Amino acid sequence: MVRKKLIIGAVAIVLLLGSLYVLQRLLMPKYVSGIVEGSLIGEYYKEDRKDFDVVFLGDCEVYENFSPVKLWEKYGITSYIRGSAQQLIWQSYYLLEETLKYEKPKVVVFNVLAMQYNEPQKEEYNRMTLDGMELSAIKLKSIQASMMKSEHLVDYLAPLLRFHSRWDQLSEDDFTNLFGKEKLFHNGYYMRVDVKPAGRVPRAPRLPDYRFGSNAYSYLDRLTELCKENGIKLVLVKAPTIYPHWYDEWDTQMEQYAAAHDLTYINFLKHMDDAGIDLQTDTYDAGLHLNVYGAEKLATYFGAFLADTYRLQDHRTDETWSGIWQKKIDFYDRMKQDQLDELAKYGYLKRYKVET
Amino acid sequence: MLFTSYGFILFLVALFVVYYIIPRKYQWALLLGASYLFYALSGLQFLAYIVATTVCVYYAGRRIGDLVQTESAYLRENKQELAKPQINEYKSKMKARKRIPMLLALFVALGILAFVKYIDFAIANINLIARAFGSEGGISFWTIAVPLGISFYTFKSAAYLIDVYRGKFPPERNLFKFALFVSFFPEVIQGPISRFDQLGKTLYGYHPFDGRNVKFGLQRIAWGFFKKLVIADQLMVAVRTIIDDPDHYNGSFVLVGMLLYAFQLLADFSGGIDITIGIAQVLGVTVQENFRRPYFAKSITDYWRRWHISMGAWFRDYVFFPMSVSKPMLALSKFSRRRFGNAIGKRAPVYLATLTTWFATGIWHGSSWNFIAWGLANGVIILISQELEPFYDWFHGKFNVKHTFGFRSFQVVRTLLLMSSIRLFDCYMDVPLTFKMFGSMFTTFNYQVLFDGSLLHLGISFSHYVLILSSLTVVGIVSLLQRSGSVREKIEAQPIGIRYSLYGMLILSILVFGAYGVGYDAKQFIYNQF
Repeated sequence: MVRKKLIIGAVAIVLLLGSLYVLQRLLMPKYVSGIVEGSLIGEYYKEDRKDFDVVFLGDCEVYENFSPVKLWEKYGITSYIRGSAQQLIWQSYYLLEETLKYEKPKVVVFNVLAMQYNEPQKEEYNRMTLDGMELSAIKLKSIQASMMKSEHLVDYLAPLLRFHSRWDQLSEDDFTNLFGKEKLFHNGYYMRVDVKPAGRVPRAPRLPDYRFGSNAYSYLDRLTELCKENGIKLVLVKAPTIYPHWYDEWDTQMEQYAAAHDLTYINFLKHMDDAGIDLQTDTYDAGLHLNVYGAEKLATYFGAFLADTYRLQDHRTDETWSGIWQKKIDFYDRMKQDQLDELAKYGYLKRYKVET
Repeated sequence: MLFTSYGFILFLVALFVVYYIIPRKYQWALLLGASYLFYALSGLQFLAYIVATTVCVYYAGRRIGDLVQTESAYLRENKQELAKPQINEYKSKMKARKRIPMLLALFVALGILAFVKYIDFAIANINLIARAFGSEGGISFWTIAVPLGISFYTFKSAAYLIDVYRGKFPPERNLFKFALFVSFFPEVIQGPISRFDQLGKTLYGYHPFDGRNVKFGLQRIAWGFFKKLVIADQLMVAVRTIIDDPDHYNGSFVLVGMLLYAFQLLADFSGGIDITIGIAQVLGVTVQENFRRPYFAKSITDYWRRWHISMGAWFRDYVFFPMSVSKPMLALSKFSRRRFGNAIGKRAPVYLATLTTWFATGIWHGSSWNFIAWGLANGVIILISQELEPFYDWFHGKFNVKHTFGFRSFQVVRTLLLMSSIRLFDCYMDVPLTFKMFGSMFTTFNYQVLFDGSLLHLGISFSHYVLILSSLTVVGIVSLLQRSGSVREKIEAQPIGIRYSLYGMLILSILVFGAYGVGYDAKQFIYNQF
């Protein structure tokens, strides 16, 4: 009798937990159309081989501005972008910590725009970065560092508690992507083929204090230390996009930091001509982010520096890598053509639900 | 700490575990510690108020108890020697002596309540009168934060003291046990206003783990969460939209808001009480019911026997009855009979006691004229109903419809509409605005908004309306089933598959359809403010 009760109880609990799991999968945003950036972080875990030469860290200024496929095609450099929308510096730091569980890249490239944020900013962006991470102690630390006052740790551990209210907003995407999502990115690169020339950008407002915050600096220190401990070269970059504004005062601080810590810092805003970037043709949103043409030019330019400076091996002769990358190139070319076709047909990227 | 917060759930889980691990003789002490911790989390400074009330009422109770003992001993010892007049004289003297500590403690406890809750209301009215006489400036407001549940624990304490004075039960001799009665955390937020002789029976006893009790308690908690999160907090969005913009949402919108608020309040308050009773049940403590299907009431008097039962009983036992039989009332009755005849003489004390009781009920709910008007409206309707009794008798003598389903339904709907109408005082900013909005239901002819999709722009979507309606139907069915006994018992008698499916559906409904988490405001229970 007792045994029967125990079995029934166990079955009931399993069924309840199973239902909760399925409901959680169903109700969590899928980020497969419209705002797709929430899928960036999660795609990393699906990579069969993760021993990349270069890992990029940062926000949209990395995942929209550097093309890993071009780095491969031109220099045989294997790279991956671990970036997400408004990814804060502590999130980048913990992502690197997590990445080191899988691989030890030779170079880590960190985009320094995130230094402007000294504290958590927005729950929506937090979710896009953190929900994509696999559960681990590192993820918990990243959550703790990122939470807004109104957020709770339990909402991250059980996202159903956060996203339950989507029950009346479910779309076909939620059902078709219930247990797996289609691949959307190219080693963390978010492709856009459309063009919107840069015009006048809003005037940069004066800031009361141009110094980066102590919290941001402490994580930059930790990032530097982590790279040093693991024999990884850390390169600080500022992507060549003209908005949000990158102040001279900020640039000076990064130059000083790099000099003090024996790091390389490249402000690509100062190398746009050398890279051949033209913001009349190489941006899809008037200078905020590069389109695929700009990203390829930047990768070509930066790749030469990476290959020369850090003597990165050209893996194009490696059969395993070549096989893997050929599939990536095919997918990259297919998406590029698909987007071009859509652009020609509709005037905007319809499948990506991005209206111009 | 909100009942519906993660922190509270964690607090409960930890308490339940520790409660059944520790030796049973310490269970009540753990509850006291938990209650004070819970209270302190609402603001450390508020502890001073509850401690002051507790200590004061406790010592007054003890003093009264000592006098009762002295009186009994004296009468026992001198039974043979004392004549009846002497006994009466002695009793009268002792009664006067017992009255002193009672009045002093009531003065302190009710004084604290009056001070923190009504001082600014008094100042506002003084300023208003002063301005009417041309005075400029005015007294500054004190803006004192009202301690959590002060109305509830003060009334509990007052009832205890009066009952001890009346000799209903001896006083509690242990200060800490009495402190637990006053501060018992499940009740402190929104009642019920338990009586010492009822709650005390199980509060201090030993409670071995009883699986069935714990299971039923947890079910009751879940049911409360369902009502609060799936119905009340979803409805709140639409109700707030309507009442926050009276210029735009008038006429038929007021009718909609009035009905939605009626169901929001029911789900909110009765849901909170379900959680309270459920928590107590898990702990092995019996808390009295506070609702008995109030929206099935057939008259206002019937309604008040079903809604917030403990509050109604409190005002009946400690305001209405004592006032009705008080010497001034008897004198008033006598005077009125002599001066205005029997009909008025008979009614005058009842009217005065009724209106005073409802005035007190109104102001207990909140320090504003809205609540006073609401209370008096209840009193006036009850008196009108009483006056109409002969007409009802005549009607039922003439038409044999009293026991028909149609007439009973009419009575239920009429009572619901009446109660919902006067509850508009609870919604709008002031009394004139409430009257204006009530009037707009009959003067603004915008009935088309009920059908043209306007109701879908109140902050809740069509799916939410379907959800709320379905949930209310479930609540209605449960209410109907309750008439023939406990629904939990009925579920318990079902095959295991049905039982577990029902539990699972309840849990999943709360988790998926509940209004909680980021994106929702942390919502206090409506009755917290009283």
